[in-house]
Amino acid sequence: MSNIISVKDMCLWYGEHQALTNVNIDIPGNSITAFIGPSGCGKSTFLKTLNRMNDLIPSVKITGDVKYNEVDIFSKDIDVNQLRKEIGMVFQKPNPFPMSIYDNIAYGPRTHGITKKVQLDEIVENALKDASIWDEVKDRLKKNALGLSGGQQQRLCIARALAVQPKVLLMDEPTSALDPISTSRIEELVMELKEKYTIVMVTHNMQQAVRVSDYTAFFLLGELVEFGKTDEVFSEPNDKRTEDYITGRFG
Amino acid sequence: MHKERVKEKIIHGIFLLLGLVTVGCVLLITIYLILSGIPAIREIGLIKFLFGKEWASTAAEAKFGILPFILTSIYGTAGAIILGVPVGFMTAVYLSKMTSPKIKEIMQAAVSLLAGIPSVVYGLVGMLVLVPGIRKMFHVPDGASLLAAIVVLAIMILPSIIKMSVTALDSVPKEYEDASLALGATPVETYFKVSVPAAKSGIAASVVLGVGRAIGEAMAVMMVAGNVPNMPDSLFQSVRFLTTAVSSEMAYSSGLQRQALFSIALVLFLFIMLINATLNFFLKREKE
Repeated sequence: MSNIISVKDMCLWYGEHQALTNVNIDIPGNSITAFIGPSGCGKSTFLKTLNRMNDLIPSVKITGDVKYNEVDIFSKDIDVNQLRKEIGMVFQKPNPFPMSIYDNIAYGPRTHGITKKVQLDEIVENALKDASIWDEVKDRLKKNALGLSGGQQQRLCIARALAVQPKVLLMDEPTSALDPISTSRIEELVMELKEKYTIVMVTHNMQQAVRVSDYTAFFLLGELVEFGKTDEVFSEPNDKRTEDYITGRFG
Repeated sequence: MHKERVKEKIIHGIFLLLGLVTVGCVLLITIYLILSGIPAIREIGLIKFLFGKEWASTAAEAKFGILPFILTSIYGTAGAIILGVPVGFMTAVYLSKMTSPKIKEIMQAAVSLLAGIPSVVYGLVGMLVLVPGIRKMFHVPDGASLLAAIVVLAIMILPSIIKMSVTALDSVPKEYEDASLALGATPVETYFKVSVPAAKSGIAASVVLGVGRAIGEAMAVMMVAGNVPNMPDSLFQSVRFLTTAVSSEMAYSSGLQRQALFSIALVLFLFIMLINATLNFFLKREKE
């Protein structure tokens, strides 16, 4: 399987504090990769590097190579808006815009120049269907998105990310703010989505990583300790630290 | 125990009394204005008073039509809004979203200073710089005009608009902006399509606040507008506002003329009440 994202010797500093040290990882396409590790281990920071959302924090310094489809994402020729269109993101807390459900989904396509109503209607419908929320909202597309439940809002956010037709979807603990039923719906959805998209997901929940992911990366103190097929990482980890973490000795 | 409770009650009473001072003042002013404003309107006739085009309070055959003042106040305020809102709004977006904390701090200090300048100073600068400037630039006999008042008012309402809009824009959750950027929108697209719509009630309230400030201003406009009770037919006409109509004649007025001045104040008061109600409406919506 070809690697869609490939990272070599990446380090990241917040001012003086080094948050990531020599990260090397190749993320395969059309698969689900889970990042696990204790709080503050750098997994979310690393995720946000992949679509350059860390650029928004003034004191960040990054060294090393991050390639998306063989292209260096930090090169001067890269259009960061185009990159973020291709590498979409779903956040920890559901964050729909304070506008209608329809406008939430149409926001991305409109930003990228689609104005025809017919075309937008189609995109909105498809995105909502892909995020398996269409049946719940099709009769109230004009209603404010903030009126939806937390789980629905998060699926709406996934639909919103899908509406710009990304190749990769980054998910930063997408279920940590949700109840168990909504969580399992999102997990099912994520597993369906890997047919069409590459998914990289940060999770606090090791069971979730086991349930949904094909590959797992274990981060500790800014280091990528271990990366491999999920069943191998969890059944026979190579590193003592991984074993200690997944058996619950710390974290 | 009993003593404690009495003490509590006394303190409670004192605070209530202090609170009532404000409410009492508002009530007193309202009642006083209504009572002293009605007689002249009754004598002159409401229609004649509000829509009369001529104000000649000291003429042998006195005329008390305040339409020139009403229109001047409306035009002046509208002009100030047309000039001031775009500048103030853009400045607010810049300060809230686009600049570094350091520049923001410096510029906000400048804005606060602008708010603190007494209106007589605005009037003075307007008189010495703006009025001659308008006379030369447009080749008119007198620069003291509606246009000069509009420019001065536009500058005077900037602080209200900027401060309140910045507050509204600052309180837009960062998650909205992150979501927009993560979809590939540029920062500027994000500010105008996500942040501004999310802050729209607060921004609208800032405009209403500016309207209130402009319509209630007296000193500065008295000094630059020429203070002649003309109908505001052109930007270069010397005009008189509702506020200045009251203040410029009060000192030497008597009889019906004096009563008519109270009636003008009552009309102004009603305008302000209307603006306040609008402001409250927007602020309430902002909270929801």
